[in-house]
Parts: sequence; structure tokens; C-alpha cells
Amino acid sequence: MSAPTTTRPDDRTADGRRARRTAETASIGWKLLLLKITALGLLNAVSVYAAMVLFFNERWLIGTLVVVGGAFLTWIYFQRGALPAKYLAPGVVFLLIFQVFVILYSGYVAFTNYGTGHNSTKDHAIHAIMLQTQDRVPDSPTYQLTVVERSGELGFAVTTEAGEILLGSAETPLEELPDAVVEDGRVVGVPDHEVLSFAELVERQQELTTLAVPLSEDPNAGALRTQDGQRAYVYTSRFVYDEAADTMTNTQTGDTYADGGEGAFVTEAGEELMPGWRVNVGLENFVRAVTEESIRGPLLYVTAWTFAFAFLSVASTFILGLFLAIVFNDPRMKSRRYYRLVMILPYAFPGFLSALVWAGMMNQEFGFINNVLFGGAAIPWLSDPWLAKFSILLVNLWLGFPYMFLVCTGALQSIPEELTEAAQMDGAKPFQAFRQIKFPLLLVSIAPLLISSFAFNFNNFNLVYMLTGGGPRDIEAGINVGSTDILISMVYKVAFVGSQSDYGLASAFSILIFFIVGTISVIAFRRTRALEELN
Amino acid sequence: MTVNTGRFTTMTALLGLGALALTSCGSGDDSADAGSAESADTASTDAESTDTESTDAAEGEAGESGEAASGSLTIWADANRAEVLNEVAEDFETDTGIAVEIVQQDFEEIRDQFVSQVPTGEGPDIAVGAHDWLGVLVNNGVVAPVELGDTAEDFEQIAVDAWTYEGQTYGLPYSIENIALLRNTELAPEAPADFDEMIQMGEEAGTEYPFLVGLDPNESDPYHLYPFQTSFGAPVFGTAEDGSYDSSQLAMADAGGEEFASWLAEQGEAGVLNLNIDGDLAQESFNDGNSPFFLTGPWNVDGAQEAGIDVAVDPIPAAGDQDAQPFAGVQGFFLSAQSENVVAASNFLINYVGTAEVQTALYETGGRAPALTESFEQALREDEIVAGFGEVGTEAVPMPAIPEMGAVWDDWGSSQAAIIKGDGDPVDLWQTMSEDIASAID
Repeated sequence: MSAPTTTRPDDRTADGRRARRTAETASIGWKLLLLKITALGLLNAVSVYAAMVLFFNERWLIGTLVVVGGAFLTWIYFQRGALPAKYLAPGVVFLLIFQVFVILYSGYVAFTNYGTGHNSTKDHAIHAIMLQTQDRVPDSPTYQLTVVERSGELGFAVTTEAGEILLGSAETPLEELPDAVVEDGRVVGVPDHEVLSFAELVERQQELTTLAVPLSEDPNAGALRTQDGQRAYVYTSRFVYDEAADTMTNTQTGDTYADGGEGAFVTEAGEELMPGWRVNVGLENFVRAVTEESIRGPLLYVTAWTFAFAFLSVASTFILGLFLAIVFNDPRMKSRRYYRLVMILPYAFPGFLSALVWAGMMNQEFGFINNVLFGGAAIPWLSDPWLAKFSILLVNLWLGFPYMFLVCTGALQSIPEELTEAAQMDGAKPFQAFRQIKFPLLLVSIAPLLISSFAFNFNNFNLVYMLTGGGPRDIEAGINVGSTDILISMVYKVAFVGSQSDYGLASAFSILIFFIVGTISVIAFRRTRALEELN
Repeated sequence: MTVNTGRFTTMTALLGLGALALTSCGSGDDSADAGSAESADTASTDAESTDTESTDAAEGEAGESGEAASGSLTIWADANRAEVLNEVAEDFETDTGIAVEIVQQDFEEIRDQFVSQVPTGEGPDIAVGAHDWLGVLVNNGVVAPVELGDTAEDFEQIAVDAWTYEGQTYGLPYSIENIALLRNTELAPEAPADFDEMIQMGEEAGTEYPFLVGLDPNESDPYHLYPFQTSFGAPVFGTAEDGSYDSSQLAMADAGGEEFASWLAEQGEAGVLNLNIDGDLAQESFNDGNSPFFLTGPWNVDGAQEAGIDVAVDPIPAAGDQDAQPFAGVQGFFLSAQSENVVAASNFLINYVGTAEVQTALYETGGRAPALTESFEQALREDEIVAGFGEVGTEAVPMPAIPEMGAVWDDWGSSQAAIIKGDGDPVDLWQTMSEDIASAID
């Protein structure tokens, strides 16, 4: 970028540079400045609007972040100099939103009981329990409802099937209403009251749907409630929430459920009331992962297989890729270019597609492999625990060797031929020359790629999911884990498969994976630094 | 140098702007809705109207018509349903002035999206779903009961039963789906009376397979094999007094279940039940005329008819000495526990979606038997395929909806697969499975 300017002779002097800058600023600078002001103006307008909306809704933290972020970006771009910051700022913003936030959020979830039954806040849980435990009194009649209002207070004017006309509100139980106007079995006019239209009902629906008009002075007789503003039914509440004591009481059995601190109302006997809510549980998810036998057993097994899978995948693809690279790098090989093209083909197909095709080919009875290659043998490629492991490695070899072939070819071509020649002059045999000269040089550039390939395969979800789905499942194991499941597919199953999701536990597993992959990468990169000294 | 820097700065500024706009818009919407959830607690009319206005402003739509009724409904539906609902929504808006926004979603995605979005305030007022999601939805506290009242009697009994969970009705059903036996009338002119007769007829037809059902090598398919299991008198759970499932009684652990396990092993050995024939292969083979019988749902009928097969729908032949009852899945509309538009939403459901006209329209695009009795009977009269499935459906039982079903399906399927494969004594495997399931439910 700076090459053409620095070669100009007049640029070498400070005067020349200043003169050039002034000239350029004068010619096109104002357009850019205008654009810059417009862009930053828009940015500020948007962030001010966003902040206003946020503050209006009492989202103080996010609102403050938007204001500070917007101001900071403006400051950066209105500064003279600060070139690195100008380059980095957009990237950092994206990094914060899409990476750091996600990592921190899963970190946070790992310390909560978020999952089925603990999905939201305590207020939501109480609201849901109250909704779900309004029992309609069995065989009670339907009341045709008209909603009326007197001095701001809503009331129910209802007609029963027996022809009674009743009026009541939240405070006053239902009583006979003698002088109402009734049309088609529905009250249309009540003295001293205003009849609400549908539009007005919709306007006040929150108030309406929480309104309970007691049937009589006896609270156990139940109360009239409505959902649609046209019909009312008699309900009894199975639970009563005592806000002061923070307890739920079952009106039928008299059991009291208290907040046990674990995100649900529980009785003293330990019976939980669902739904619960999300709470911080500290290290419990991690503790469960290592102490609960039904989780620990499969976790250890899956971890071991994940390491084996990642290591064997890298090793097999690297060996095959390197071998082919060497073969196709030999000048004696004819039409290398076309062979190379064919070699890269598996890499050109989307991985999940190949995995699906392979899954079909490996069908025990109808698959191409058994039917054509093995003459109709019934080899259970995907349903025997050990063969499934072999199959998944085989398919990964097919998917992975072109990449290794490509990078090895590139690396080999960058090693000067003279080195080999010199070695041969010194009397080294071809293999010796490769083993002791080319290979170490090759590793310098390939080793980091091997590490990243290891990390990739460690989390190679697509292949496992598409080829075997983690199966065959071990029917003896307590949780749904198959013999080809790797850690990430197990995390997926814990979090999303079936109907009992446990996001907390799954996030805890993800954090374990993060630390495993991170540690291995750090160690491996340290060691590759030693290789670089060869150069 | 300066030129380059300048240009780059502008670009980065634009990028940064984009990023900020993105994030701020996202959180803006978010909080607007959450805000309205908070202010909703205050019951004054003023608070109500300002909050609807602010929501509308945030979403950038003018949701109010000349009528006084303000506010809007949001509905999540899959593509087929969305088409019909769009028309209903127009009528609703003309009648009431309440705008209805229909958001199209993948049917399979709706359950989990609903569970995670409702607490944030981003969820809809109404969503489309299957009744067997209820356990999860109720345990997460995201659905509210829908009082069908007297209209409940207008629906098929099984549809309302299926949408009833722990004594509450949670949805307005619109369609009933169950499996039945498809028969290729050219290969088998008569409906079989029982399983053995079907296999015999299949063998006489001289086709490659006497009978087809899509299974999975590792998971079998307990859903499709369930009618055979019930014919041995082994329903998955016992029933409580009110006719709902009682998940504390694992009825399939009884003698009938063990009998069924032995039968599975026999059929596996005889090759009648073949784990390697998955759903796609089974469909293909049936469409190619390679078998006279195919145990499947309405979703495979169109394909077979297009392939030129003359299909008849028959009752499922029993393998044991009792009736073969398949599971029924009932689709319906359910209400969010955090909805602020309960009155509008329940009116929309009961007075619009619950009408024969709409139920029939939903049936015509979806091809499943309607849940409303009036539409159901009309559909049965008009279409013999639907009539066939509908008739089998009268025998059907709702799929259990308890949240632990996930674990039950897993154990159930992999044990069936092991039994069909012949990996050990069928009765032992069945007993192990029953113990695992019992411990998973507790």
C-alpha cells in the first residue's frame, strides 16, 4: 500500500509529504469527510434511538453499552491518527458480539439449571402455575357473558341456561339483576353500567382475563372467569400463591410448596411443582458430570473415543495425503494434473452430503458396499459398535485426505530440490533423504495445520450426525449415548434431542471441550515452535 | 497514503455502523416487547395503549384500523397452515380491526423455538403444534389453557383428549393423523383379517416382500410397530380414571409386552420385519410394486398414487388377539402463557379457526382428517383415502405427551431393534427395557 508513495523522491522530505497531503485533502478529502460525517451521523442517530428505546424500557445496562459503544466509535474515527484502532474497531465489535458474548453466555448457562422445567424467570413460573391450575368445575354450565363497567371497575353480567340474570365484579359476588335488558339470551344493557364493546374488551384484555368474579360469598364455590370475553365458566384455583411467605399452597390437599432455592417450589417431602425457573446452581453441573455414575461412565467413554477418533482421523488422512502428494509430485508420473484433479473431488462435495451417501452405501442389506463389493454379505457396517467406529474413520479418511494432499503438495513444492540433491551427493538413500531432510522441513509448515485439523475433528459434528447419528446405541448405558458419539454430538443430544433438554449440563460439557481443545492446541503449538528453529 | 486511509476509514465506519445498527435493532425490539410485558401488569387503559403503540413503533407497522380495537396477534405456523390462516386473518381483521401477523416457521422447529422465545417476550400469541409436545410446553410453563367450553363437543373426542394434559385443554385441534395399512389392490384384492393372513397373502402375491414397514437399523420404530404391540394387550401406559395416561403404570412391562417381544423376535428371524428397510426404502419398494402391503401414514399416499399404484386403506391387521390400535397425533393451535392478547387470541381460535369452513380448508391443504366432527364427517364422505385413515383413527389412542417420552422412545426403539436383530433373549431384553424406562420416568 505504501510502496508507490515511498518510492517517490519528493516524499522523502518532510516538506514534500506535507505538500502532497495538503493537495490531496483539498482535491478529494472533502468528499470523504462528508461521507465520514454522514456515516458517523447515521451511526449516532441509530445508537441514540436504540438507547432511548432501551432506557424507556428500563434496560439500563444494554442502553449504556450502546451509548458508550457509539461514542467510542465516533471518537475513534474523528481522531487524527489512531490508525490501528480504526482498522481494528469494526472487527472488535463483531468479535465481541458474535464470539465473546456467545462464549460468555454459554459459560454463564453452565452455572445455571437452564433446561426443560427451568426455562424462565420465577415470575413467569408463578404466572404459568396459576394459569395451568385453574380447574373448571366439572359439569358446570356455560355463562353467556357481557362485560360491563362502572366507574372504571369491570363487572360480569351473565345469563345462565336456566334464564337467571346475574351481575358481579371482583369485589361483589354474583347476585340477581332484575332490571337488565336481555336480547338472545345475552345481557345488552345494565342500569348505571356501561356495556363494553369488543374493541373496548380487547383494549382492556389484561384486566379482563385476570378478573375473577366469585360465585358466592363462599370462596370454595369458585369464581367466574373468561378467556374470550363472551363466555364465562366457573373455576376453582388449585394453588394459591402467598406473596409474603413466597409459598404455593394446594387448596385441595393443603400441601405447602416453598421456594427450595433450586429453582422450583418444593414440599417438605421433596415433591416439586413444575414449571420451575432458572437459578444459578454454581458448580453443580460440573460436579454432576464427574460424580453421577450414569453421566460419568458415558462421558469417560465418549472422551476416550473422541481423542481416538480425532487422532486417528488426522493420522490416517495425513499419511494417505502425504503419500499421494509425494507420488504425484514425482516428475516421472505422467498426466499428474488430471490425477490431482480427481484426488481433490471428495473435497469438493459438501461433507454432510458425502456422509449421507456413505450411510446409504453402508446399509447392511441394500448398501452398495455389501451388495456389490462383498457379493451380498451382511456386514453390519453401521450397527456393530466396533465396525461403526471403523466405518466412521473410513469415511472421514475419504473426506479428509484431499485436504492433506493439497497442503502436502504445496509444502513439498516449496522445499527446494537442491536439498534432496545435496543429500544424495552426500550418499543418503532416497528414503533417508526424505525422512531426515524433507519431512522435518515439511512438518514446519504442516504441523500447525495438523493441530487445527485435530481440533476440527475433535468437534466433527456433521460427520457423526449424518453418518451414524452417534449410534449404535449402547442399550446398557443409562443415557442416550451411542458408540460413535463424540463429545460434541453428546452435548447436542443432552441439549436438544428428546424432550428433556438440559442446557446447563450441555454448556458445562462444552466448556470442558473448550478447555480440552484449548490445552491441546497450546501445548502442540509450543512444540511446533521448536520445529521452526530448523529453518 | 491518505487516500487509502480515508477510504478504509469510511469503510470501517460503515461496517461499524452496520454492526451497531444490527445489535441495537435486535435489542430494541427485544426490550420493547419485554417492556410491554412489564407494563401489562398495570391494568390502566392508558398504560395499555401506550405500550401497544410503542410495540408497533418498534416493529414499524401500523396495526390499527379505524375501529377502536388496537393491538395485534402474532401466529407461528408452517407453510401449509400459513396459507389458510392468511385468509382467516383477513376476515378477522375486517371484523375486529385487530391485525394478525403470521410468521412462517418449520413445523419441527416450532416447539423448541416457542420454548426458548416465549420467556424473552419474542414469542407469538398462538402457534401451531402437535399434541405430544404438551409435556414439554407445560413443564416449561410456556402454554396457557384454552377453554373450549361447549365447543369441545363439536370436536372428535380423541382430538380433545389428546390436547388435554393433566386435566386442562391446551389447544384448539385441527387435524388427526394416524397410520393405517396401505394395500396395492392389484396385488391383493382383499383386505387381510389378521397379521398371519396378511403375510400369507403377501407371499401368494409373489412379490419381493410380503409386507413393508419403515424401520431403523438401530432404533427400530416403536411408533409404527405400536398397533402390533397393542394387539397383544400391551399399551405403553395404563389409563387413569379420567381416561388419560397414567405414566406410573408401565403397562407394557406386563405379560402382553413379553409376548409381543417374542413375536418381534420371530418376525425378525423370519425376515418379515427387516430393520434395514428404512422409511424411504419401504416407500420406494411399495411404489415399485414390490409388496402388496405397506404400514404407513397418509404422507406416503400421494407418492404411491403418483407412481400409479391403486391404493386402498385398510385397518391394521392384529398380530395378537386384541385390536391393533395405532397412535394418533393431533395437530392444533396453542396459546402462549405470556400472551397479552388472550381475548383476541381465544376469539380468533374459537370463533374463526374452530369453524367448519376453516377446518375444512385446513384439511384440504394438509390432507389430514379434520378434528372438527362436522368437517371430519364431510371429509370422510368425500375422500375414501381419508375415510380409510379416519376409520382406523377411531381405534387409535393419543400418543403420550409426558416430557419423559423422549427417553421412553429411545429405550423402546433400541430394545426393539436388538430383539428383531436377535441379540439375546427377547423376554430378557424387554424386561431390561421396562426397568430402564421405569427408572427414566421416575
